[in-house]
Amino acid sequence: MYGKGEDMIELTDINGDLGEFCLRDINLTVNEGEYLALLGPTGAGKTVLIEYIAGIHNPNKGSIKVDGEDITNLFMEDRNIGYVPQDYALFPNLTVEKNISYGLEARRMQPEQLNSIVSEMITRLEIDYIKHRMPLHLSGGEKQRVALGRALATKPKVLLLDEPLSALDENLRTEMARELRQIQRDSNGTFIHVCHNFEEAADVADRVAIMDNGRIIQVGTLKEIMEYPKNEFVARFLKSQNIFKGVSDGSVLNIENIVLVKKNDCIGNVVVAVRPENITIVRPDDGKESNIFQGKVRGSVLKPYFQDVCVDIGISIVMYTMDNREFNEGEEVKVRIPPEKIIVMGES
Amino acid sequence: MKRTELFFWVTVSCGLIVMVFILLPLIEMVTAPSISMLVMAIRDKDVVRSIWLSVYTAGLAALISFVVGTPLAYVLARRDFRGKRLVEGIIDLPIVIPHPVVGIAILGVVGKNHWIGRGLAELGVRVMGSVTGIVTVLIFVGLPFYVHAAKEGFENISPRLERVSRSLGASMFSTFFRITFPLAWRSMVVGIIMCAARAISEFGAVVVVAYHPMIAPVLIYERFEGYGLMYSQPVAVWLVMVCLSLFFVLRYLTLPNKKKT
Repeated sequence: MYGKGEDMIELTDINGDLGEFCLRDINLTVNEGEYLALLGPTGAGKTVLIEYIAGIHNPNKGSIKVDGEDITNLFMEDRNIGYVPQDYALFPNLTVEKNISYGLEARRMQPEQLNSIVSEMITRLEIDYIKHRMPLHLSGGEKQRVALGRALATKPKVLLLDEPLSALDENLRTEMARELRQIQRDSNGTFIHVCHNFEEAADVADRVAIMDNGRIIQVGTLKEIMEYPKNEFVARFLKSQNIFKGVSDGSVLNIENIVLVKKNDCIGNVVVAVRPENITIVRPDDGKESNIFQGKVRGSVLKPYFQDVCVDIGISIVMYTMDNREFNEGEEVKVRIPPEKIIVMGES
Repeated sequence: MKRTELFFWVTVSCGLIVMVFILLPLIEMVTAPSISMLVMAIRDKDVVRSIWLSVYTAGLAALISFVVGTPLAYVLARRDFRGKRLVEGIIDLPIVIPHPVVGIAILGVVGKNHWIGRGLAELGVRVMGSVTGIVTVLIFVGLPFYVHAAKEGFENISPRLERVSRSLGASMFSTFFRITFPLAWRSMVVGIIMCAARAISEFGAVVVVAYHPMIAPVLIYERFEGYGLMYSQPVAVWLVMVCLSLFFVLRYLTLPNKKKT
C-alpha cells in the first residue's frame, strides 16, 4: 500500500473513443499521496487517459471519482486537478511569477494570501532568480519547475504529468526525475506521470500501470511487474530480453532442445522469460545446482556499468554481467539460470 | 552559365515584372495630378465627405465583423464538426461572387419584395440609398477577410494553454480574455485592417445598394464618367493614400508576430 492508503482517484469501467485512440474497460485506483506512473508504448492511450481524468474529454462510459466525489461530468475548471502537458504550456504572455499566481488569481484569492503562496512556491522550487522572466527565455529544466509550481500552487487533489521529462536531455532527465519525486514527497501530493520508458518510471513511481492498446494490462510496483509480468507484452516492454515459447509439465520446461527446472502452475504451451541480469556466469567446475548450462559466447558489448553478453546454450540468451574480464567470441562459459528467476506465463 | 544561376535570373526577372506591373500604374496615377489639383480636390467638400464616409463605413463594417466574426473564427479554429468545410465555404462565398451580384443579392433580401425588407421598413430602417445599406454591403464583402485572419491567429495558439488555464480553475470566458485574446489580438487587429481595407475599396456592390450617399469609389467613378480622367485622378490619389496608410499599419502589426513564430 502506497500513500496514505485512502483512494484519491477511482476510475471505474472507463470506455472512450476519440477516433484514433480508444480506451477500453479502464479500472484503476490511485491512493492519496501515491506516485503512479502510466507506462506504455506510443499510442497505448496513456495521454488520452489523463486527458479524461483532467476533463479535456468525456468518457462514453464509466465514472471518475476523486476523493470520493464523482467528477465525470464536471468542467475542467471545477475538478481541482493539476495538469502539466508535455511542452509545459507556460503562458508566454505572463512572467514566471504571474504564471505561478495564475490559478490563484482565477480563484480570486486575497492578494496577501496569494503573494505568500507564490513566494513560498518560488522559494521551494528555487526559481527566485527567474521570477521576472518571460517563459520564452527559460531552459527546459526551469520551464518544468515553473510548470510544476504553477500547478502545485493551487493545491490540486491530483497532479497529472504528461511525459514531463521527454523534452529534457538524458542527464537532466535523471536529475529532474529525482526532483519530481522529492517535490511529490514534500507536497504529499497524488501524482500520475505518463511515460514510455521504464527507467523513468523506476526513478519516480511507487506503482506502475502498464497500458497497451487502450487497456491497462497490469498494475503493481515495478519490482512486482518485473518479477511477475502478466504476459509476453509486459515482459518484452520491461526489457526481459530472453523470451521463449516452450512446453511445461508443471516442474520442467522444454524450450527447443534445452530443459529448465522450474516448478510452476502452467501445463502445456507456455511463454518463458528470464531477465538478463538474473543469469549468472558460474565457475567451470560448478555443476551441482540445477539449470547450469555449458555455452559459447556469441558476442559481448561493453556498457557503462556492465557487459551485455550473448551466449548460445542451445538457445541464444542475453545476460548482463559486472565481470571485468573480456568475453571473446567462441569462448566456452558456464551459465546458471536460477529457477526462482524464471518467469512462466500462459500463452496469450 | 550554371543552372542555378539561370534559375536565379529567371526568378529575379519575373519578380521585377510583377513589381513593375503593380507599381507603374499606381505611380503614374499618383504623379499625374499637379499639387494644385490635389489641394483643390481636398478642399472640395464632396471629396472630403466621400472619403470620410468611406473610412467611417469601412471602419464600422470592420468593427461589426470583429464582434460577430470573432466567436465564429474561434469555433472554426478550435472545433472539428460535421459540416465545418461547408461553413468555411459559405464564409468564402463573398470573395468569389461578383460584387454587383452581391449588391443585387442584398437588395433581394432588404427590398420591399422580401419579408425582411418589409419588416425593416416597418421598423424605420432604410437600407437602400443609406449608410446602413453601405455598411451592410461592406460587412458582406469584408467579413471573410476578418474571419480568416482571426482564425489563423487562434490556430497559432496551442489549445494546451487553454486547457492548462482551465485546469487551474479559470472558466472558458476567463481563459479567452486572459490567455487567448492577449496572444491573438495582433491577428485580430490585422483581420480588422484587412476587412476595412477591403471594404474601403468596394465599389460594385455599393453602387447597386447605395449610389448615394456617395463613398469615395463611387465619387471617383462619377467624376470619371462626367469629367474624365483628369478630374477623377486627384480623388483617387487621396483614396489611395488612405488605403496605403492602412496597408502600412497592417505590415507594421504583422512583422513582430512573424518574428515570434
